[in-house]
Amino acid sequence: MQAVSKGDGMRGLAVFISDIRNCKSKEAEIKRINKELANIRSKFKGDKALDGYSKKKYVCKLLFIFLLGHDIDFGHMEAVNLLSSNRYTEKQIGYLFISVLVNSNSELIRLINNAIKNDLASRNPTFMGLALHCIASVGSREMAEAFAGEIPKVLVAGDTMDSVKQSAALCLLRLYRTSPDLVPMGDWTSRVVHLLNDQHLGVVTAATSLITTLAQKNPEEFKTSVSLAVSRLSRIVTSASTDLQDYTYYFVPAPWLSVKLLRLLQCYPPPDPAVRGRLTECLETILNKAQEPPKSKKVQHSNAKNAVLFEAISLIIHHDSEPNLLVRACNQLGQFLQHRETNLRYLALESMCTLASSEFSHEAVKTHIDTVINALKTERDVSVRQRAADLLYAMCDRSNAKQIVSEMLRYLETADYAIREEIVLKVAILAEKYAVDYSWYVDTILNLIRIAGDYVSEEVWYRVLQIVTNRDDVQGYAAKTVFEALQAPACHENMVKVGGYILGEFGNLIAGDPRSSPPVQFSLLHSKFHLCSVATRALLLSTYIKFINLFPETKATIQGVLRAGSQLRNADVELQQRAVEYLTLSSVASTDVLATVLEEMPPFPERESSILAKLKRKKGPGAASALDDGRRDPSSNDINGGVEPTPSTVSTPSPSADLLGLRAAPPPAAPPASAGAGNLLVDVFDGPAAQPSLGPTPEEAFLSELEPPAPESPMALLADPAPAADPGPEDIGPPIPEADELLNKFVCKNNGVLFENQLLQIGVKSEFRQNLGRMYLFYGNKTSVQFQNFSPTVVHPGDLQTQLAVQTKRVAAQVDGGAQVQQVLNIECLRDFLTPPLLSVRFRYGGAPQALTLKLPVTINKFFQPTEMAAQDFFQRWKQLSLPQQEAQKIFKANHPMDAEVTKAKLLGFGSALLDNVDPNPENFVGAGIIQTKALQVGCLLRLEPNAQAQMYRLTLRTSKESVSRHLCELLAQQF
Amino acid sequence: MIGGLFIYNHKGEVLISRVYRDDIGRNAVDAFRVNVIHARQQVRSPVTNIARTSFFHVKRSNIWLAAVTKQNVNAAMVFEFLYKMCDVMAAYFGKISEENIKNNFVLIYERLDEILDFGYPQNSETGALKTFITQQGIKSQTKEEQSQITSQVTGQIGWRREGIKYRRNELFLDVLESVNLLMSPQGQVLSAHVSGRVVMKSYLSGMPECKFGMNDKIVIEKQGKGTADETSKSGKQSIAIDDCTFHQCVRLSKFDSERSISFIPPDGEFELMRYRTTKDIILPFRVIPLVREVGRTKLEVKVVIKSNFKPSLLAQKIEVRIPTPLNTSGVQVICMKGKAKYKASENAIVWKIKRMAGMKESQISAEIELLPTNDKKKWARPPISMNFEVPFAPSGLKVRYLKVFEPKLNYSDHDVIKWVRYIGRSGIYETRC
Repeated sequence: MQAVSKGDGMRGLAVFISDIRNCKSKEAEIKRINKELANIRSKFKGDKALDGYSKKKYVCKLLFIFLLGHDIDFGHMEAVNLLSSNRYTEKQIGYLFISVLVNSNSELIRLINNAIKNDLASRNPTFMGLALHCIASVGSREMAEAFAGEIPKVLVAGDTMDSVKQSAALCLLRLYRTSPDLVPMGDWTSRVVHLLNDQHLGVVTAATSLITTLAQKNPEEFKTSVSLAVSRLSRIVTSASTDLQDYTYYFVPAPWLSVKLLRLLQCYPPPDPAVRGRLTECLETILNKAQEPPKSKKVQHSNAKNAVLFEAISLIIHHDSEPNLLVRACNQLGQFLQHRETNLRYLALESMCTLASSEFSHEAVKTHIDTVINALKTERDVSVRQRAADLLYAMCDRSNAKQIVSEMLRYLETADYAIREEIVLKVAILAEKYAVDYSWYVDTILNLIRIAGDYVSEEVWYRVLQIVTNRDDVQGYAAKTVFEALQAPACHENMVKVGGYILGEFGNLIAGDPRSSPPVQFSLLHSKFHLCSVATRALLLSTYIKFINLFPETKATIQGVLRAGSQLRNADVELQQRAVEYLTLSSVASTDVLATVLEEMPPFPERESSILAKLKRKKGPGAASALDDGRRDPSSNDINGGVEPTPSTVSTPSPSADLLGLRAAPPPAAPPASAGAGNLLVDVFDGPAAQPSLGPTPEEAFLSELEPPAPESPMALLADPAPAADPGPEDIGPPIPEADELLNKFVCKNNGVLFENQLLQIGVKSEFRQNLGRMYLFYGNKTSVQFQNFSPTVVHPGDLQTQLAVQTKRVAAQVDGGAQVQQVLNIECLRDFLTPPLLSVRFRYGGAPQALTLKLPVTINKFFQPTEMAAQDFFQRWKQLSLPQQEAQKIFKANHPMDAEVTKAKLLGFGSALLDNVDPNPENFVGAGIIQTKALQVGCLLRLEPNAQAQMYRLTLRTSKESVSRHLCELLAQQF
Repeated sequence: MIGGLFIYNHKGEVLISRVYRDDIGRNAVDAFRVNVIHARQQVRSPVTNIARTSFFHVKRSNIWLAAVTKQNVNAAMVFEFLYKMCDVMAAYFGKISEENIKNNFVLIYERLDEILDFGYPQNSETGALKTFITQQGIKSQTKEEQSQITSQVTGQIGWRREGIKYRRNELFLDVLESVNLLMSPQGQVLSAHVSGRVVMKSYLSGMPECKFGMNDKIVIEKQGKGTADETSKSGKQSIAIDDCTFHQCVRLSKFDSERSISFIPPDGEFELMRYRTTKDIILPFRVIPLVREVGRTKLEVKVVIKSNFKPSLLAQKIEVRIPTPLNTSGVQVICMKGKAKYKASENAIVWKIKRMAGMKESQISAEIELLPTNDKKKWARPPISMNFEVPFAPSGLKVRYLKVFEPKLNYSDHDVIKWVRYIGRSGIYETRC
């Protein structure tokens, strides 16, 4: 403004502005403005036409008044008139006024568009530039409608000046951002790509911005830009700092352009080898340059250099294909971790977080663990600490889990309140995922509750209970630990909840110790009772009634508590109802009934950790990929990702198991890699499913527990004639090709998703005891359309009929969209068998018949009864089964990483008991069990010798039956 | 209690700053400047709360007076104090302006020490203050005078010292009223009230006891019970006072019981009472507007004013302000009497008449040219406002008597020369058009 008024001598404007500046008060200013406005109005109204100069002057004054914050409701017409002037200054002021003041729904827009069109058509580059700037700064939809077709032409026309091209590219970018649908894609796109080769670096920079944005939506159209971008980048990177003259910023050649090119390359996967070589060279050069001593001490120099470097690193991470580069990038970031610039440390931690998820650089990232832990402890800036916590989470794996978890726990005590909950979740997840020793896990979580009880969400302690319930090896330890933790004078309510539940279930395991005898346990819990919220009290009441079952000696005391007026007449309906029902139950029912009703909770169905889902939800879908480390370490999730009940923990296949199965959707067995599956999980846990699975909502738990067990008991069902069981074998198709693979997944586990496609999901939950088994099949309709004529049938190929009896219950012929039906199968093993029965599912989906044949996950090992024996017994039997046909041996290569814990879990899942201290070599596994069939029992001994160097296993099986030996050997061999 | 007191000029520069309590930090000065004086939107509330600190401000011409506190004080008390402070300053050096404040800053600080103690307001009576804060050089005081100061500051009658002597006992009584009105275009009164003050200037010797009487309806009726004929004589001359406040010298107990106003006046000028009436107001002027829109670019305005009081009286300083639309591009005015001018800076036509007798009529007509705008917003038509001064009380208040008794000195009520004057001014006197 200053330059204009001097150069052009708009004295009136200068005087007006200085008048306003000199005003002593707001009122004086308003008066002066009113006066000026009246003056301008009378000038505009005047009959004689104003010359361009005064028009410009008055429009300028109006603009100034508007910018001071006053409303301007006239003068637009004069401004539009200025557009058609041939003088630069007048045109400029006109455009300035319009881009500041004209709103899109003005009637004048047509006139303005016309003037802009004329300027675009003129060959005067300054006028074209003005017009383009105006379009970009207004950037409305109307503008886009009028000019989106025009600007690409200007952009690619051969005779357009460089500066105009630059403006046109940026203008088009702006229009594309506001209304992408209006910018037509056409043959100009290919010519735009060639702008990357332009001699003028300004044009290249502008074009790169445009192409990057366009390529994100239409990657195909701009594919050719990759090689051009790479060659341009390599020219910049290799140029000396003096080559690019105007585009060298503090000795860094064209930093902005480099960053943009690198960003453009991130829209595409790694290019083909020829180009890739060149790109790798470029990236190496950039990394090398980072090592060079700085050419200037100015902060701008290092900022520009680091900007390029970070963008290069994120490209390397994006490609994730060059181990060498990834490791170098990681080392470079490691240097930055200790840099004194806070911003650099932040960026380094952030980039490392993504690096950690790459399999090539994961190890390299892990070397910085001490620095990161140090950062977590000593960093001043909370956002940097947050990144450090993220990075620790990302770099965690089995090897360093203990260290990281303990560090995070320690940090939690002093952590900022804002990130506590997140850290709690992360600790809980890490502890669960990498827990080798479940007592460690229990310790960690209890510690967590003690340190940051307020931030421990429901999901976290639900999860502990699920795991403790499903792992009978930690139950005693958990009960003991919880008991000790509860003795603290002040403990968090979450601790009381966990304690109440665990003692109610497993209090009997520590009752032998006089220090934790039943009355002591009860009085300890009851001392906390009055300080707790209603929900916790309700839970404690359930614990008390369980105590009555576990320790009959406490019955009188507990009944007294229940009978107290504060319970029976509690204002809270929930508590009142529980007190009344439990009191009556305890006095009416006999011990047998009590024992049945208040039986130990059955294991929970396997499912993905609910806390993981919560963390994902917290972070939003964008961050899910960073957390999804299934990509990195797929095998690690198999054992701990979802806790599965081993056959040994299924103590009693009670009908109350329905509680868990009926409501919960069949959880996916494999860790879902896609976000879609993650969402499904979120839904599952949002719904009511989580509640009943945790037991103690009284009505439901209560009623279902009281349900007469007769109609559902396996024996009764076996006697039932099962009309659905007679299949017409002729219309059963061959099993789908993946059937064997699917079956394989279920050799070592009983629950999970058997099959899934776009339409249908089939989940399995099964339990086996001796020669009997029961299987629940869940058919989930994933579409929104009803399935008709839905009929799943079980077929016995060959002579399986004589070996295995499977009885099915009929299911409803219609499955509503989104709904799920359950089918119960009762299985009896008559003799040993080799092939599994087939499951044929037929239905009509939208009129089209669909048929599907799967192998039912019933294999001979399901009927294993684990047998414990001493070393000498084992060897004695081993020798007894020394006939060559009784032994089957297989030497094979490991398909999965060799991990002792995984192997152990798989062997347990397979069904045999694991015998310790039998084999002289502690690396080897030895197992024993009996296969129970109706006709006979087959003793079975196995020995697995892993060879870590060669990545090989040797598996030896000896059973009393030749076919069984071979079959089991084959089944088991596929698991490793 | 008041934590501090600041005086700013129009730019927000601090002229006077006095902090009484520790809870007011230095940043409070800046907080008020930033949030009130330099606020983007004009701050209209006199009380502003910034970061748990309350600021009470009044503005006199271009000067801001702000009292600051962190406690929950009686806001009315603080404002009363600020007004008193203004009065005191005006009594010492006349108009409150930046220059005057700068020239008298020592005096002001001295005064602030006297009238506020640890944030608690003290005696702020000008007359009393003048006895011990003088503008002249220090003159040695006699022992007698010194003892008088003590007795005055601590005594029962803090507003008057003993031993005042005048050769001529004289008193002046001004009834100053401002009349407020909002009238519809059709001449219907939408709201009207009069707020008045009785200001007295006394030059009386000794400790005189005064009694003031006016045509208060309650008093008249009470007396009317005794003498019925007097009531009929005074007729509707009595007025109903809605509410009133008195100077501290008035004995309120007597007013409550007998409704008589008796007092020992301070020496010099003071405000005896303030009152407000809403019934039977005499409206001195009637404004009749006529606005006609001729197309989109022209507006014709005709305004007639009628004076409505005794023809023998003369109204003065009459000014009619006719707002013009915001897109006015030109104005032609014709008026019979006085001078009229379009003031673009105020968006109004201002019509001034020096003098006008009662029961007269005058007229102005104007043609306003408008610039067509693309804004569809209609002009809000702000009301026509008016200023004037008339030599009577529009509320109808009459001073019936003011009696002076001085038992110790031998002058009687008849020896006192009394002057009474009525002035009626316009407050917000508006007529919608």
